[in-house]
Amino acid sequence: MVMSSRADEARPVGHRDDAGAGRPARKSPRATGVRNVRAHTYPYWFYAPAGIVYGLIFLVPTVISFYFAFTRWTLFESEFIGLDNFRQFFSEQALVSGLRNTLVYAVVTSGLKVVLGMLLAVLLTGPIRSRGLMRSVIFFPVLVSTVAVGITFSVLLQPDVGVVSTVLAKLGITAPDWLGDPATALLSVALVDVWKGVGLATLIYIAGILAIPRDYYEAVDVDGGGAWTKFRNVTVPLSRPATFTVILLSLIGGLRSFDLIWTMTGGGPGFSSDVIASIIYKTYQAGFFGLSTAGNVVLFILVTLIVYPLSRYFNSREVES
Amino acid sequence: MRAARRTSLEVVAILVAAVVFIVPFIFMFVTASKNESESADLAFSLPTQWTVLDNIKEVFEARDGILFTAFRNSAILTVVSVTILVVVCAMVGYVIQRRPGRVANVANVLVLSGLIIPPAVVPTIWVLQQLHIFKTLPGLILVEVAFNMAFCVLLFRAFVAAIPRELDEAAMIDGCTGLSLFFRVIFPLLRPVTITVILTSSVFIFNDFVNPLYFLPGDENATVQLTLYNFLSQFNTQYNLLFMNIVLVTIPPLILFIFFNRKIVAGMTSGAVKG
Repeated sequence: MVMSSRADEARPVGHRDDAGAGRPARKSPRATGVRNVRAHTYPYWFYAPAGIVYGLIFLVPTVISFYFAFTRWTLFESEFIGLDNFRQFFSEQALVSGLRNTLVYAVVTSGLKVVLGMLLAVLLTGPIRSRGLMRSVIFFPVLVSTVAVGITFSVLLQPDVGVVSTVLAKLGITAPDWLGDPATALLSVALVDVWKGVGLATLIYIAGILAIPRDYYEAVDVDGGGAWTKFRNVTVPLSRPATFTVILLSLIGGLRSFDLIWTMTGGGPGFSSDVIASIIYKTYQAGFFGLSTAGNVVLFILVTLIVYPLSRYFNSREVES
Repeated sequence: MRAARRTSLEVVAILVAAVVFIVPFIFMFVTASKNESESADLAFSLPTQWTVLDNIKEVFEARDGILFTAFRNSAILTVVSVTILVVVCAMVGYVIQRRPGRVANVANVLVLSGLIIPPAVVPTIWVLQQLHIFKTLPGLILVEVAFNMAFCVLLFRAFVAAIPRELDEAAMIDGCTGLSLFFRVIFPLLRPVTITVILTSSVFIFNDFVNPLYFLPGDENATVQLTLYNFLSQFNTQYNLLFMNIVLVTIPPLILFIFFNRKIVAGMTSGAVKG
């Protein structure tokens, strides 16, 4: 843009104007005035208080983790050891299974939250009398502390004497040792995670479903379609933005999830429910700070590799529809 | 006929959901009201003898009243962190929305990164040590502020977009600039979203377990979630006290939820949708 000073003058106050940098030095006094007004009204130093805290406590550690992950580190001194930490991470069986568990946990929880969240939302936007109360009941666990939920369910899921096993026994079903059996431990924790988090997914879906114009449903009525057709051909495709949101949120939460697993199983039995976040904690406790930081870098890369392309894809799909 | 069957199916589904979501809370409450031997059965039953007050007293007396310390620390942590969050995030949300350009773009990328990237734990401890605030409450407050910032900025930014610019201009003509414009004119208008931010981030920070675990270990600095976790190993025969502790920790969010149901839901879903 080659600008005469007149054009600059014509700009209204507060008009989007990110020039300034890389613009010819010739500026009219008036234009400088406008920019000054903007600098006075929306000063950049408003970023400073937040920026300093965020920079020091979040950005700096994130950046330096990429150095310390390659070191043997005591917090006081560090020795560069190249890729050794990562080699250890990917060769020790316990750590490798942690990587797999993280993925399983994230996929299972987000899949179930999508399915159950959508079903509950359909139910709770229907003609049910107690739906307001039910929405609150399903949402409340989201606000309860994860530790409290974890302890409560590890008691409910106790083998033989626990409430869940007793009820199932009355129905003639022999319950597994939910948290004590390596085969079921991780999935049991994942189910509790879904119990705690599905309320948020449900509310996101409810917002999405209520935003669907009624005409579409009426059109199905006119064509003589039933409830299934409405669900299959209207609700599911038109609540796609809600689905994207739920998937992204639960993947981000599921990949870094720690507190529920830690309170319910501590990563056990053995290493059967260890995830990257619990390995980071264990290696930290054992004093392997470099290895722990390498775990953090692995988690960072995993989250970025999964979430970033997915959100790009979702955004492009949303623009299309 | 088909309609009737569908309704009964819906009724069954609602009943199942109600049982699944309500029973654990009833279980918490009845177990917390039992005496020690009865609570050890882990059964879903009414207590033969309600010992609610005794249990409250006992759980507060345990380990020299550590639960008092924990509630005090958690209260300080939550109130101070949320206050700082509200002020600094409102300022960012305002400038980020009002002054688009290269700086705002960078800030927006940082906000998104803050939502997605898992914090690097040990390096954060190292930084806190360099600042001499590791294992201190102020240190943990800064951690909570930093880790909850992205979410709060999102909420504020979206709300600022709905405030007409003409207001800023009118205030400017009256001679208000910068700080005074923001705190006298804009900040009061942000009240609805400020309440939402206060509610949602209080719940997050009060319930936080991971950050106190890493950044504030030690008994004198206990927070409620850490104390509850430690009670798990200590009270593994006294389920009534363990569950009384759970009930006590669940009451603050329950009270907020009863009074501000809509605000909390709005905050969590709108923040979610934009993230």
